[in-house]
Amino acid sequence: MSMSALDPARPLTSAGGNLRRRRRVDLVMRAIATAAAAVAVAILAIVIVSVASKGGSQLSISFLTKDPAQGLGTVGGGIASAIVGSALIVAVATAMALPIGVLIAIYLTEFSKPRTARPIRLALDLLNGMPSIVIALFVYGLLVKGHQQTGFAASFALAIIMVPLLARTTQEMLLLVPRELRDASHALGISRWRTIVGIVLPGALGGILTGTVLAIARAAGETAPMLLLCSIFSTSTTIDVFGTALPNIPYIIFQDSESGFPADYARAWGAALVLIAFILVGNLTARAMLARKRRLMSR
Amino acid sequence: MSTITPAAARLPTSRHRADRLGDRVLVGLTLAASLGAVAVMGLLIYQLIDGASSSISTFGFGFLWHSTWNPATSPGVANANIFGAGTLIFGTVVTSAISLLIAVPLGVAIGVYLSLLAPGRVGAVIGPLVELLAAIPSVILGLWGILVLAPVMHSTIEPALHDVLGFIPIFGAPSASGLGVFTAGVVLAIMVLPIIASISRDLFLSVPSELKDGALALGATRWEMIRGVVLDSTRAGLAAATILGLSRALGEAIAVTQLMGAGSLVSRNLFTTGDSLASRLAEQVTNAQTSQQLAALFFCAVVLLGMELVVNLGAQLIVHRVERRQGLGH
Repeated sequence: MSMSALDPARPLTSAGGNLRRRRRVDLVMRAIATAAAAVAVAILAIVIVSVASKGGSQLSISFLTKDPAQGLGTVGGGIASAIVGSALIVAVATAMALPIGVLIAIYLTEFSKPRTARPIRLALDLLNGMPSIVIALFVYGLLVKGHQQTGFAASFALAIIMVPLLARTTQEMLLLVPRELRDASHALGISRWRTIVGIVLPGALGGILTGTVLAIARAAGETAPMLLLCSIFSTSTTIDVFGTALPNIPYIIFQDSESGFPADYARAWGAALVLIAFILVGNLTARAMLARKRRLMSR
Repeated sequence: MSTITPAAARLPTSRHRADRLGDRVLVGLTLAASLGAVAVMGLLIYQLIDGASSSISTFGFGFLWHSTWNPATSPGVANANIFGAGTLIFGTVVTSAISLLIAVPLGVAIGVYLSLLAPGRVGAVIGPLVELLAAIPSVILGLWGILVLAPVMHSTIEPALHDVLGFIPIFGAPSASGLGVFTAGVVLAIMVLPIIASISRDLFLSVPSELKDGALALGATRWEMIRGVVLDSTRAGLAAATILGLSRALGEAIAVTQLMGAGSLVSRNLFTTGDSLASRLAEQVTNAQTSQQLAALFFCAVVLLGMELVVNLGAQLIVHRVERRQGLGH
């Protein structure tokens, strides 16, 4: 480093050419780091403002309550059926993923030994890093190939995406529950399952809820599973999750962004605003809940 | 037991039995769920390889570098149903490389700012905002890329890069619409950025403050402290962060499909259209015309899966080694 060039006999107070250069480099580098953070915030702002301004002009009561107009490039219609479809698909996915994620987390924190925990952790990490298109293709081969697309197939793929997320956050929350509570419960002669179901889980409930909100926000925007498993649908509202493919918001955005017609672009922006508003509200709520939880725990 | 009156004994034993049963049921349920996750992972790998098997036996390793992709229903066509993923692997690697080249320096700089430079309250606002960037669905970034970013790329950024750096072949003639490999890479960078930024921030915060203060006390400037102490001691972690970002970039299907323009040629020029493994899957699985085409698509997924597994295990290996060296292993 340039420190070695410093003459120890020289008084430290005089800022020589070398020190001035070092200070200048320091200033430039800090400015670059600050600018980088500004760039990231600017990108977020530009994306959200684009969606809000272009989607905002589409938003109306009828946009939220009417089904999409038939055919490419047709003007008018809304995304009601897609809102219903997305909500159903995500709800079914959550109903499958939440219990499984929580059970896995309980096993890993309360029962497992290091040797049994390792393959489970590895599987969860690998699933978590798996591209959603690969998970979608897996479910395509499992449920759709030779049969037909259904909302349930999409739910199943979303559940696979959600389980590692839910298992991880639940695990963190279970570990936050103080050891003493478990020990006290054991000392009173209460069995393990009663301790876990009656004391540990309720203590972690807020955190599990936060994790669920985040996982739902993530699943709601997943497009790759919809593309492969739930993209051939009639645009009218239906609630038959197990029988047919349901219209859904991510696929509507994808399809309309590719079509090239102004009317479709407009609908895509409107649907994007609905989706992004849902996701941002979910994320901000979860963050607020988490911050409150941390404050309470640190007291 | 025989000395206790039956009335007194009944309550504790039935309670006891219920507890033992309850314990066993809970262990059984939680274990079953955990094994279920392992089974799904195994089944996933099996299903993909099984779906690709006919394509694997037909094309073998040649699939990785041949670039013909010719689905055909009528048998008379030349090269009918010959498939290779060369172009797609090229597209996947190039877009991921562009995204990392942009996102890694930027993300590390953001990490430095958030962990070491930002005043407390500013950092507490900007940190979550950067993480919020990761919450935006790729389909919305793709839509934004098509309608907002691509026109700017087409009219301003690509011509400027071509004028200044045009002597390097990768900055060739600007694209017709702004859609292409470069634009896809830029949007991927937006997705990778929050991952790199938040991991590197956490890494930098974990550097012991004695080391940082020591360097400052020796007369180092902030930057010298950051370069000599913080960046130097977190090199392995930064490598792992980069790998995790790479893993995200490799598998992104939707935004890349929207922005890369579904080209079918390998070109040196970054401003031309291309295609990636993941986006080819997104485009063709639902309307595959022949079983050979579908098998080839499964083969693409197997290749992608292989890349992801190598990348993820690599990151885990690095993290493990660092944890062992620092004695922080769980």
